[in-house]
Amino acid sequence: MSETNDVIDRELTMSRAMVESIAHEMRDNEEVFYMGEDVADYGGIFDSTQGLLDEFGRDRIMDVPISETAYLGAAVGAAQEGMRPIAELMFVDFFGVAMDQIYNQLAKNTYMSGGNVNVPLVLTAAVGGTYNDAAQHSQTLYGTFAHVPGLKLVVPSTAYDAKGLMHNAIRDDDPVMYLFHKRLMGIGWMPAPDGPKTPVPETDYTIPFGSADIKREGADVSVVTLGLHVHRALAAAESLAAEGIDVEVIDLRTLVPLDTETIVESVRKTGRLVVVDEDYRSFGVTGEIVASVADRDLGALDAVERVAVPDVPIPYARPMEDEVIPDAADIEESVREVVSSK
Amino acid sequence: MVSPDRIREMYGDMLTARHYEERLQEEYLEGKQPAFDISAGPIPGELHLAAGQEAAAVGVCHHLRPEDTVTAPHRPHHVAIAKGVDLKRMTAEIFGRESGLGKGKGGHMHLFDPDVNFACSGIIAEGCPPAAGAALAAKKRNEDSVAVAFLGEGAIDQGAFLESLNFASVHNLPVVFVIEDNDWAISMPKERVTDVEDGSDRAAGFDMPGVRVDQDDAVAVYEAAAEAIGRARDRNGPTLLEVQVHRRMGHFMGDPQTYRSDDDEEAALARDSIDRIESELRDHGVDDDDLASMRDDAETRVEEAIAWAKEQPQPDPEDAYDDVFVNPPSGVTTEEPEFELAEVNADE
Ligand SMILES: Cc1ncc(C[n+]2csc(CCOP(=O)(O)OP(=O)(O)O)c2C)c(N)n1
Ligand SMILES: [Mg+2]
Repeated sequence: MSETNDVIDRELTMSRAMVESIAHEMRDNEEVFYMGEDVADYGGIFDSTQGLLDEFGRDRIMDVPISETAYLGAAVGAAQEGMRPIAELMFVDFFGVAMDQIYNQLAKNTYMSGGNVNVPLVLTAAVGGTYNDAAQHSQTLYGTFAHVPGLKLVVPSTAYDAKGLMHNAIRDDDPVMYLFHKRLMGIGWMPAPDGPKTPVPETDYTIPFGSADIKREGADVSVVTLGLHVHRALAAAESLAAEGIDVEVIDLRTLVPLDTETIVESVRKTGRLVVVDEDYRSFGVTGEIVASVADRDLGALDAVERVAVPDVPIPYARPMEDEVIPDAADIEESVREVVSSK
Repeated sequence: MVSPDRIREMYGDMLTARHYEERLQEEYLEGKQPAFDISAGPIPGELHLAAGQEAAAVGVCHHLRPEDTVTAPHRPHHVAIAKGVDLKRMTAEIFGRESGLGKGKGGHMHLFDPDVNFACSGIIAEGCPPAAGAALAAKKRNEDSVAVAFLGEGAIDQGAFLESLNFASVHNLPVVFVIEDNDWAISMPKERVTDVEDGSDRAAGFDMPGVRVDQDDAVAVYEAAAEAIGRARDRNGPTLLEVQVHRRMGHFMGDPQTYRSDDDEEAALARDSIDRIESELRDHGVDDDDLASMRDDAETRVEEAIAWAKEQPQPDPEDAYDDVFVNPPSGVTTEEPEFELAEVNADE
């Protein structure tokens, strides 16, 4: 085979990549099945199961009653029997009605059993705002799920990552929460930015959890982020390059485990850290990342900024939603801030 | 016998609610053409319209007083209209304007009008516990007001609903749970996800009456609700009431409805509760002119509300930071009193 034949140029949207890995695992392993609301005929409100019903039928692509405690809890139970369920919470915001199954059962059974029980469950959920769906349908809640010990937490930002991380999630013997950002899926009615649609290998492959991806190398400032904001940070980095500011953009890809090593190394190089996410500012991801860098190497930190949702619920009206969800301009401003302060 | 005047009032609200949804659909789709982009246009975000479900809302709410509480789910407009929510400010909220019911913070799934004790929530069945709570407050205060929780047939599998039935029953609360059965929960037909055909059968397990009105006939709903709400007002406890309604539109605007057969959609369109109540009025001698002028009135009301809403200013971006709390973060005080407290002695 010639070199050029090896270059992968088949581009997929994030949703197609996700679905491809799920289908692959379902073909390989009869014990993998998918449960959720509107995942069968509808194919997932955010295209997370598009086309799977046709191939796998209703026994394996299961519509379920609007009973999140029952079906998420049933997924926990089936997983403890050794099956490999994937259960979808349509919007992460609906976690509340099934919180006990997630926080007290799914996350803790392995530990409480001294490792004698394991829960190979993938819990998928759509996250994020930017389309004016207001306070009960726009959250990411990254910090809420990263906080409790016992859940691995995946947040893909590209089709390539979505596929490789999903393969790892389904094969992992531990519970994995897989949060996909609606704005990145490539849904017809919610246009994605440039970026999430990437070349994707046809073969299956696994991306290890806890390996952040340096999406752009830079010498002046480390911007650490995930999900939608990877693309906003890259856009900011492009504009800042024109001002002579060289930004490094790190995509965490998973929050649990967190690749502190890559972050610290980058900050040692740049001395300046800007952490960006789409979750509430206080007691969350941005604070955690700053703290873990400080723990490891306080001296490396010359200047720090956090860009996150100020501590208010997500408002409905466009001017207010735009105000609270960080955009590229907000990132640029914070980068300039750390550059000018040190 | 329901009085002709009452039927006229219900008819007026049904026309208003229907025209409202049709007009919102137009406004919503404006700016989302040719390619549908959910975040574009004068009304962004999700929009769940209730055309075809008016009979349930008016038949129940026309028994209610402003002090009675109503909670509605994600599909709230028809219920809000029947409960007497300020149409202009509700419309301004849906358009995300500063003078909206929630100053543009809530949007169409999160409408609150404390003047008539109306609220709604976008999380399935989560209006049920607060309705029980409003009923609890009425009972504790010895008032004769009641509470009503509206929910879809898809919501009857939710813990919040089932727990509320038991809570209301065991405390004998003045609350009525109203299931609007439109046969669908987004793409899931009820027979696929719920084992009972009639949601009202759930009542038996909670020792309360369960009543089903099998057709979306506003007058029949009004009669059934008279009993249920009367029971609540007379302190005889909760009722579970179910009404067959029809979903004339998609689950939300932009729903391709590829999961739905043409037959099902046509059947829903053919059974029009507005035609039904119209013929009822004709039986009472209301003539074409009269009906036409009622239609005009309803349309005018809707057009005025929409025109008013669209004239209202957008909120300022900075308004986003207000209203998280009503008191200062420190609570009701900024000062802590000083006391002389005895040393706590661990040995004693
Ligand atoms: C707890 C929760 N789960 C899922 C959803 C998503 N969702 C919104 S509407 C809906 C269907 C509701 O069906 P039904 O109760 O019959 O009301 P309808 O839409 O038919 O009026 C679902 C699943 C939600 N909002 N909240
Ligand atoms: Mg329904």
